[in-house]
Amino acid sequence: MMDTTVAVRTSRFADWRARHQSGIEEARHNLHVFLRDKLAVAGLIVIVATVVVAVFAAYLAPYPEQGRGDSDMANRLQPPSAENIMGTDQQGRDVLSRVMFGARIPLVISVVVTAGVLLVGVPLGGIAGYFGGWIDEAVMRITDIFLAFPALVFAMALVAFLGASLRNVALALVITWWPWYARLVRGMAISLRERPYVLAAKTMGVSHFTIIRRHILPNAFGPVIVQMTVDVGAVILEVAALSFIGLGAKPPTPEWGLMISEGRQYILSAWWLSTFAGIAVFGLVLAYNLVGDALRDILDPRLKR
Amino acid sequence: MTFRAYIIRRLALLVFVILGVMAVTFVVSRVIPTDPTALYLGGGRHTPEQKAAAREALGLDKPLVVQFGLYVKDFVRGDWGNSLRTHRPVLGDIMGFLPASLELILSAMALAVVTGISMGAFAAYRKGRLADHTGRVAAIAGVSLPSFFLALVLQIVFFRVLGLLPVAGQLSISVAREYPVTDITGMVVVDSLITGNWVAFWDALRHLILPTLALAAYCAGTTMRMTRSAMLDALESDYARMAYAMGVPDRVIVGRYALKNAMAPVLTVIGLLFAYALVGTFFIEQIFAWPGLGTYATISILNLDYPAIMGVTIIVALAYVTVNLIVDLIIAKLDPRVMLS
Amino acid sequence: MEFRSLRGVVKALNGVYLTVHEREIVGLVGESGCGKTVTGYSVLGLLPKPQAQVTSGRILFKGDDLLAKPQQEMRALKGKVISMVFQDPLASLNPVFTVGEQISRVVRVHHDLEKKAALEAVRTALQATGLPPTDALLKSYPHQLSGGMRQRVCMAMAISCGAGLLVADEPTTALDVTIQMQILKLLLRLRDELGVSQILITHNVGVAAQTCDRIAVMYAGNVVEEGPTADVLKRPRHPYTLALIECLPQGKSAEQLKTIPGAVPDLIDPPAGCRFHERCAHVRDICRDTMPTPFEVARDHWTACHWVQEKSGRGVGVTTGHEPGVGAAGVPFNRDPGIEHTAGGGPATGESGDDIRRE
Repeated sequence: MMDTTVAVRTSRFADWRARHQSGIEEARHNLHVFLRDKLAVAGLIVIVATVVVAVFAAYLAPYPEQGRGDSDMANRLQPPSAENIMGTDQQGRDVLSRVMFGARIPLVISVVVTAGVLLVGVPLGGIAGYFGGWIDEAVMRITDIFLAFPALVFAMALVAFLGASLRNVALALVITWWPWYARLVRGMAISLRERPYVLAAKTMGVSHFTIIRRHILPNAFGPVIVQMTVDVGAVILEVAALSFIGLGAKPPTPEWGLMISEGRQYILSAWWLSTFAGIAVFGLVLAYNLVGDALRDILDPRLKR
Repeated sequence: MTFRAYIIRRLALLVFVILGVMAVTFVVSRVIPTDPTALYLGGGRHTPEQKAAAREALGLDKPLVVQFGLYVKDFVRGDWGNSLRTHRPVLGDIMGFLPASLELILSAMALAVVTGISMGAFAAYRKGRLADHTGRVAAIAGVSLPSFFLALVLQIVFFRVLGLLPVAGQLSISVAREYPVTDITGMVVVDSLITGNWVAFWDALRHLILPTLALAAYCAGTTMRMTRSAMLDALESDYARMAYAMGVPDRVIVGRYALKNAMAPVLTVIGLLFAYALVGTFFIEQIFAWPGLGTYATISILNLDYPAIMGVTIIVALAYVTVNLIVDLIIAKLDPRVMLS
Repeated sequence: MEFRSLRGVVKALNGVYLTVHEREIVGLVGESGCGKTVTGYSVLGLLPKPQAQVTSGRILFKGDDLLAKPQQEMRALKGKVISMVFQDPLASLNPVFTVGEQISRVVRVHHDLEKKAALEAVRTALQATGLPPTDALLKSYPHQLSGGMRQRVCMAMAISCGAGLLVADEPTTALDVTIQMQILKLLLRLRDELGVSQILITHNVGVAAQTCDRIAVMYAGNVVEEGPTADVLKRPRHPYTLALIECLPQGKSAEQLKTIPGAVPDLIDPPAGCRFHERCAHVRDICRDTMPTPFEVARDHWTACHWVQEKSGRGVGVTTGHEPGVGAAGVPFNRDPGIEHTAGGGPATGESGDDIRRE
């Protein structure tokens, strides 16, 4: 009895391998190309390390309580030392612990913004491109309007009215980013809707909804993911920027942009406050940009060279 | 399609988009908030009479469509409301702060476009060589650096460590007192240049350098990346091969044949970057105490000065769609095929 | 001639021997991927560097080796003395410059002329290709012209500086059938009226038959047969040429078109011996390990095939190792990298006119 199950499983796997032979080979080739790009690999390592730090900050940080916001006024503005590798801030908190806890925010926000954009922009773009006509026209004109606001300005206005918080920052980012993805997916859908298998599904009476769900969206997924990777860097920058001018995270949240802002008034006497948080933002954004660039070069055939 | 028909179509779209922008700001400022009169009157407690007056001024008792019509009418007439903080008309405030921002944005964009395009074209020409790799890493670092952090670093290095450049305002106080600049365009560097006020010009130029660098880094990096990619497309194209086969020198193929073709995507990106620079000044101006729109905007936001915030939002959106229209018209002039689609 | 690719080194060209005389159109025919275009590109030095490497051989033009020429000298020749037109005329023309701008640019690269004088030269070139030399045409953009006109514009550009040799890479493939004839007639006119020698690269034997004075058949990086057009088409010798001609539609008969079984071999790992032996109906044992050498089967008609050599009863040219093979009536051709062999009797250098020699 056991044996049969195993046999079925292996044959299924072999079957799957056989059916996806070319796909597997392509993936292997792409992986090979990616791994040859040393900068991209370094970027990937930084991203993975940041995720690990963010998830296990409570165990990895030397002073987890200070990382969350507990102050230690006796120990204010100490320069980097053996106890506090990155020094302490204006409330005596260990900067390293704060930077480590700060890794959580870009991680969470980028996941939330990605999810929001996927939920709004991707279906709208798919519907617009698939149906064409007035639906397409309507969706595209709406994206025109939203694209007329530089993302940060709209985010500022929205956050100003709704109140400053990371949640509102995420909402504002979704509202300003979705039109780009709607356009991207729409372009894909327009080219996909004339494909023979889509036309065949139509003639067989498959519902529009099913066609969009089964044929259009899955095919648009790859480019969307690549674009996401490229854009996560920009999202992180915007979150930090909004917090920097006081529209995002509120003290004592260990947010990098906020930390740079708080450190500003001590910049001449205690350089380590802003510097390490700034390096953290720079490093993580750089890592995403390096990986995103490499992915785009591999997966966008037009840019392949 | 003729060029004129193209312009007319684009202008129609522009009007539509501006109306849409107005609708969105209308919804954000009048429909979403539970009590728009509180926003209109500012913080603190208000008497019922004040509230009633505000309701009437905003036309809140009328249907939404009528309210929106009034909103647009006021906007077109230049009545953008009064700032809760300065108690002056918002439009007048904005016009007063705009030139300083424009000065900074234009100098940063000019620097970014010149360095970005030349570096990008050179990197594409030397594809795979050292210059290409160095350029790519520099560009990617440029787009990864938060501008406000770069601004702080520049301040420390050039002011604190090297003592070379000033880090606050458009002019030194002593220079402003002894060599006052006549206000013509509102841009200090330009005005002092026009009037031949060399002392002020030199001083203003020195003040402009660091904020320009901080603002230009991202734009230069993005322009460089786009130029490189578009130039590679052009240099590997059939017409470039034809030109090689005809013995056209590399200099001409890179500098004329390919560059003119690569300009369309590069200009599009420059239009988008203009938006980035518009918003980027919000941070840079705050750090360098630059008396521009960004400073006005951040102060308004911190004071919950809603009419001012809406005014800034609309002016930025207006500037942005206008720049994009201009960019598209230039592209249409450069590439005759654009008007076909 | 080798390409370095991700998968390995592609030995793209191996034995290409081609001579073009003055006022002569030589057709280079064969299936796609057999090296026709690479041959054409290497004449103009258009192969991408550093991926493409010419490991051995020479390209002689009026006695000069083009491969040995410094880049600067080569550039002065390109467009002025040797030029090229490509398959896709729309893509070959710069979309953002007018016809007048791009042709006069080429004219002014090679001749020190004022703008006006250059435009006159452009008009002359346009007229030579059968286009009206009007201001309207000079001021139009490539996308505003028809396919045939675009290809004529390309040709006008190619001959605008008086080139004596034109490499035409599938110039009619992207065009409508009716336009194809016009372009082919134009090629003949350029030969007869301006004395332009040409290498016509085509996969279409019919096109070559109508236009060319001589035909060279290429297979997997080798020229397998070369000779006067009529002779090669009526009395093909090499099994590959035979198969190629049998594939042509014959008259009105409705019988199924023939195909050549198999596919062009992978040039990263080419088969030993004759590169055609895996698909050849007349394969001999010797074909599997020894590369055949060309020999003259009739006046000016050459082929490289063990079977033909055996059949002609004039003894088998045996090549072992790196020794050049010797056919009874054939002239030995050396395919050993680095050694150039020129012999009398065959189409060789030193004859009058343009002479291109490639190994």
